[in-house]
Amino acid sequence: MAGIVIDRIEKTFGTAKALDAVSLTVADGEFVALLGPSGCGKTTLLRIIAGLESRSGGRVLIGDRDVSDLRPADRGLAMVFQNYAVFPHMTVFENVAFGLRTKNAPEEKVRRNVMRAAELLHIEPYLERYPAKLSGGQRQRVAVARALAVEPAVLLMDEPLSNLDALLRLEMRADLKRVLQEAGTTTVYVTHDQTEAMGLADRIAVMHSGRIVQCDTPMTVYAAPATTFVGGFVGSPPMNFVPIRNEDGRARLDGFEATAPGTGELLLGFRGEDVRIDAPERGLSFAVAVAEPMGSHVLLTGTIADKLVRVVAPTGIRVAAGERIGIVPDPERVVWMSPETGAALPRIIS
Amino acid sequence: MTRSGRFLLWSGIVALCAWVLVPIYLIGVGAFGGRAAAFRWPKGILPVNTSLDQILVFLRIEGVANAAMNSLIAAGLTMLFSLLLGAPAGYALARFSFRGADAFRLMVLLTRAFPLAILALPLTVIFIKTGLYDTPLGVSLVHTALALPFATLVTAGLFQGIPREFEEAAWVFGCTRFQAIRKVVLPLALPGLAASAVFAFVISWNEVFAASVLTVRERTLTAYLLTVLSESPIHYRFAGGFILIVPSIVFIFAVRRYLFALWGVTSR
Repeated sequence: MAGIVIDRIEKTFGTAKALDAVSLTVADGEFVALLGPSGCGKTTLLRIIAGLESRSGGRVLIGDRDVSDLRPADRGLAMVFQNYAVFPHMTVFENVAFGLRTKNAPEEKVRRNVMRAAELLHIEPYLERYPAKLSGGQRQRVAVARALAVEPAVLLMDEPLSNLDALLRLEMRADLKRVLQEAGTTTVYVTHDQTEAMGLADRIAVMHSGRIVQCDTPMTVYAAPATTFVGGFVGSPPMNFVPIRNEDGRARLDGFEATAPGTGELLLGFRGEDVRIDAPERGLSFAVAVAEPMGSHVLLTGTIADKLVRVVAPTGIRVAAGERIGIVPDPERVVWMSPETGAALPRIIS
Repeated sequence: MTRSGRFLLWSGIVALCAWVLVPIYLIGVGAFGGRAAAFRWPKGILPVNTSLDQILVFLRIEGVANAAMNSLIAAGLTMLFSLLLGAPAGYALARFSFRGADAFRLMVLLTRAFPLAILALPLTVIFIKTGLYDTPLGVSLVHTALALPFATLVTAGLFQGIPREFEEAAWVFGCTRFQAIRKVVLPLALPGLAASAVFAFVISWNEVFAASVLTVRERTLTAYLLTVLSESPIHYRFAGGFILIVPSIVFIFAVRRYLFALWGVTSR
């Protein structure tokens, strides 16, 4: 068990900055998800923590020990790879035992740890099989079991579920959460899937072009994004942003009015489900383009002040494409952003 | 596929097979059919009065056993050298990006562009000076130069086919670079390595020019037969030819699956 301190890690590829002085502290036993679009540097950061990638600057500490210049083998961590990397020439048992064997653990301990990890991931029936005979989901279980069997201080996961099909992913996600809670291992989990990050992590570090733009609990990241990028990337549908003008502390657009911070042009951010639907002349004037019944709700896509907006309406609502309705965002849940920097403005407590 | 398309495909296949198989078959018929078969015209399709006599007589010719031994030593050493040098080079090509990697790939092939005939004289002089002349070791060194480009490029493809993540996983789980190669990469590469080893063996076994120039008494089988057979009756030549072909065919047949895999043809 150990915490991780990432201290101003830099990585440059040629002249391009892949990581720009990234700092992050992961507490002992905490599960942190690195979330971001492809190319944001999240996998590079994970590989630098693992020691698989060289860094251009900064330090990595695991359990108060500077491991920046240690080989991956000496960092006391385990890793689960995106394509599983389960060794095809070894049985499942030998795969799970691999880390223990390289450390010359006594046979009794090897057996005990392998059995426990296998039990945790429900792979006992396959222990004598070769990976070629397993499905993708089973292979991923083997990869996780291999990582847990060495009882690592730190567990790193690189998009472990992205190669599985949707149904399996859902099942494996729930299993992962259970297994990792039981093991209580400090975990850094890289993903581009915000639902995975939301569902699994204690904290989410949202990354964007080589920086961590926000690191907070899933609910905070969801409800109070630090930038328009975070609001747009986390949540489905993404957060809506509508330009609005603030005059003497009151922002007004169409029939909507609210107390707002700052002055002049602002962006009003609100979640699709945090709205009330009202008559066209009240609230924001929303021109419906598409109405999609999703079973539990109806997803309405349209425009407010020529900006694309998606809102969630209760089933049974009668709206047709081309109609105008009024949208009243819950004033308790809106966020205000600066249109120049895209950063959140402090909320006014009224 | 249309009817004419299928016809073209199959006639192509038959022609290619015949191109390779008919000469081998005729040599076989000549080798086992005795004097009569060798001289019969037109050639029969089926072998007549087959016997092992000529093969046995041929094997008892003085010097054949010694030459075969030399061939085995030279081919064995060639196999060893080209793998020991070629596999690490192939690994480097597959795993590291370094300045001039592509140029190196090309240059490696260029060793084959040098005509041996031009090199023969200087090589002979150097070999006499260093005492390598007229030894299987000397022959194997030249053969290694011939086999090395293939060994390097083929193993490079082989190592490239083994995902980097396997090695990275091994490192994370406690292996050094060399341990990772020994425990993970080599077991996975073994069939392919065996195939390229056999390939090197066959190149050496079949090579005749360098072997003839660089040896006098300690000839390899090919070089020896070349001199002996030109003075023997034609049915003995068939027997000698047959004996020369057999090891190559057996080896290539044994590793055909891996050769197909190396060349990107999936075999089921």
